[in-house]
Amino acid sequence: MSEYQVVHSKSPVFYDVYERKSDLQHQTHYCPGCGHGVAHKLIAEAIQDLGVQERTIFISPVGCSVFAYYYFDVGNVQAAHGRTPAVATGVKRARPDSIVLAYQGDGDLAAIGTAEIVHAANRGEKITCFFINNAIYGMTGGQMAPTTLVGQISTTSPWGRRPSNEGYPLHVCELLATLEAPVYIERVALSDNKNIMRARRAVRKAIENQVAGLGFSLVEILSPCPTIWKLDPVEARKWVADEMIKAFPLGVYRDRKTAVPVTPVPQHPVAEVLDLEAEVTAKPATSHHRHVRETTIKIAGFGGQGVLLLGQLLVEMGMLEGLEVSWLPSYGPEMRSGSAHCHVCLSRQRIGSPLVSHPQALIAMNKVSLHKFAPEVQAGGLILYNHDALPANFEPPPEVRAVCVPASDLADHIGSAKVANVVMLGALLSETECLPAETALAVLERRVRNPAMLELNRRALQAGRRYDEREIHVALSQPDGFAE
Amino acid sequence: MRQLCKGNVAVIKGAIQAGCSAYYGYPITPASEIAEAAALYLPQVGGTFVQAESEVASINMVYGAASAGVRVMSASSGPGLSLMQEGLSYLAGSELPCVIVDVVRGGPGLGNIAPEQSDYFAMVKGGGHGNYRNLVVAPASVQEMADLTILAFALADKYRNPAIVLTDGFIGQMIEPLELEERQISMPDKPWAVTGVRETRKNLVNSIYLETDELEAHVRHLEEKYRRAQEEEPCYELYLADDAEVLLVGYGIVSRVLRSAVEQVRKFGLRAGLFRPITLWPFPSKALTEAAARCRSVLVVELSTGQMVEDVRLALDGRVPVEFYGRSGGNVPQAEEIRDRLLARAADLVAVG
Repeated sequence: MSEYQVVHSKSPVFYDVYERKSDLQHQTHYCPGCGHGVAHKLIAEAIQDLGVQERTIFISPVGCSVFAYYYFDVGNVQAAHGRTPAVATGVKRARPDSIVLAYQGDGDLAAIGTAEIVHAANRGEKITCFFINNAIYGMTGGQMAPTTLVGQISTTSPWGRRPSNEGYPLHVCELLATLEAPVYIERVALSDNKNIMRARRAVRKAIENQVAGLGFSLVEILSPCPTIWKLDPVEARKWVADEMIKAFPLGVYRDRKTAVPVTPVPQHPVAEVLDLEAEVTAKPATSHHRHVRETTIKIAGFGGQGVLLLGQLLVEMGMLEGLEVSWLPSYGPEMRSGSAHCHVCLSRQRIGSPLVSHPQALIAMNKVSLHKFAPEVQAGGLILYNHDALPANFEPPPEVRAVCVPASDLADHIGSAKVANVVMLGALLSETECLPAETALAVLERRVRNPAMLELNRRALQAGRRYDEREIHVALSQPDGFAE
Repeated sequence: MRQLCKGNVAVIKGAIQAGCSAYYGYPITPASEIAEAAALYLPQVGGTFVQAESEVASINMVYGAASAGVRVMSASSGPGLSLMQEGLSYLAGSELPCVIVDVVRGGPGLGNIAPEQSDYFAMVKGGGHGNYRNLVVAPASVQEMADLTILAFALADKYRNPAIVLTDGFIGQMIEPLELEERQISMPDKPWAVTGVRETRKNLVNSIYLETDELEAHVRHLEEKYRRAQEEEPCYELYLADDAEVLLVGYGIVSRVLRSAVEQVRKFGLRAGLFRPITLWPFPSKALTEAAARCRSVLVVELSTGQMVEDVRLALDGRVPVEFYGRSGGNVPQAEEIRDRLLARAADLVAVG
């Protein structure tokens, strides 16, 4: 007679005693015949055989397997309903050397978490997903799942799943197999020993892929739920074999041996990336002797006319001159060809609201802006209008000077319509003397790297500064502030 | 050095200085530049940026990264924050630190993209399910977008709780000088994190407590943490409040308008002062009570129909009359608007009491 030694011990990847459970700490909370127990065992054995217990982080979902952390002696994170693949993404990216296992049921993965699983798969997250499909909501007591079979009765499909009302069972493997990134997708079943052995191989392979750093792997496991199905464990396995496999064909839907190639990003020290040591344009030596004036400016025009950039040039000049500055854009969905405007404050004091409702200077790059914003300009203020004449029906507000500067025409003449904003900058500096022209040059030199473009900008600035003899309208100012 | 920087970009510059190494987000106006800056800068310094499929996914990626013990953040605006509320509740319940920025826009619903302060209730009072609090800071400048983001990371780790940077479209979109200097990052130990090594194998990140007594004990533990934060963290700024008859109260962009208004009305002889809460939770109730003690009246101004004003009234408990002035829809009041209102009511205000 030969001697037999029966080895019937739990995987050391499971806790010996389930101390996180409140009672019955020697057994799981799963029902007799439930597929979770088998699936857990296959996963634990694979972790053990691959020697990755220390590195493993198990993400449990919401559903019957919410308490998977009672059993697995690995790092454990419990996730919100359906979000396991997103949580796994965050964990794996933070700890690339860990082995992240995301475990989900059918409601969790294929209903509330559909977006998360599709996108985790599509990004090719280097995680392993186990999808337990038992065609029903177990923990909440038997409601319809996205994978409930046509005609299958549940508490929320009491006449059987009707495609006319509930649609058809969702085929997750087939769906994910349409994506490029996943490396491995297989559907297995816990219907009989032969299929369980296939499932064992699939589970192992899905984890091995992660150890090898290949990419996204998912194993869908058709799994019995005797309690909710109201079958005994043997009948339940048979139902998996006879009914579920018919609806969800077993097989390998993706098997690739290579990872997606990595496109690296250049690495730089923090100080460099954050401009901590960036070269400051040397302040002109005489700056503290020179004239700067506190000003509020509104600049408006079409998107693409350099309106926002002009404002940024002004605040950069102001900062170099030691002023407090703020720039606030109009922001919106209409970035191109719509209207754009920005608010600029140059001040010697801490700036209150960055919103300029009553500017001292308005730069109107088009007619619409002129009509819209001219009435806001302060008494004693200035309007610069991008045209050679004011519109016939336009009257500046009382005590406001309006100066026409055909900046776009001048810019065209100089060689690029793009520098119309800098023509206006030149005109503003010469009209208001709010900031020195040398500072404008310094800022342009810093910002414009292309020598030819810089030359155009210089000429534009010059053209604007000289364009001061064409003032065509000065409203009569009256001491009481009323003008006829 | 001093550099010009957009408020939204300053958030990421501050975050990187705070040692943040992961950003998970979804674009939305007026917060998108935060994601764009994260996408540009973080990978260059060895960090992670992922544009998620939704705010729901973002906040859960944040949950995962926080579980794994790294400094992590996300940002959005009102509608996105509504979607993140579930995740925030889980983060608080699981005691996970993270920083979330809300660049508030007009609501409810799709509203518009102009600045509002109408997410105060949603961020300060909770918004997700269950007994928890967010730590909330409210920057009022580009500089503070960086500085308070750095503070938010420290608070989040100190209390193992989500910290919110509650700001608005104007502060996010504006450009101002930003002063950054090299700093040493002090990262606290996180022995509770699940990092995929032997030492942390027994760790569990979790918010489920099936037994009623266990959950109550957990909630009491959170409550104790929040009580400690209320003692240690309230932060505020005073401006000309010493001799003020009228105390203006506002946070974020509004505090800047109020500061100008204070200066303007003082020229007319009305002694106004400003109280600016910098932490909205914990709300600086004690400091406000002290500042308001000598005042005849308090005026709260918000870009909402009245949210923070409730906390002001709770703090003052009827000791000083509290008036409210709110704008909404994206309208930001001008200092002159506040000035005229104050002057018109000056007689009444000072006559009360």
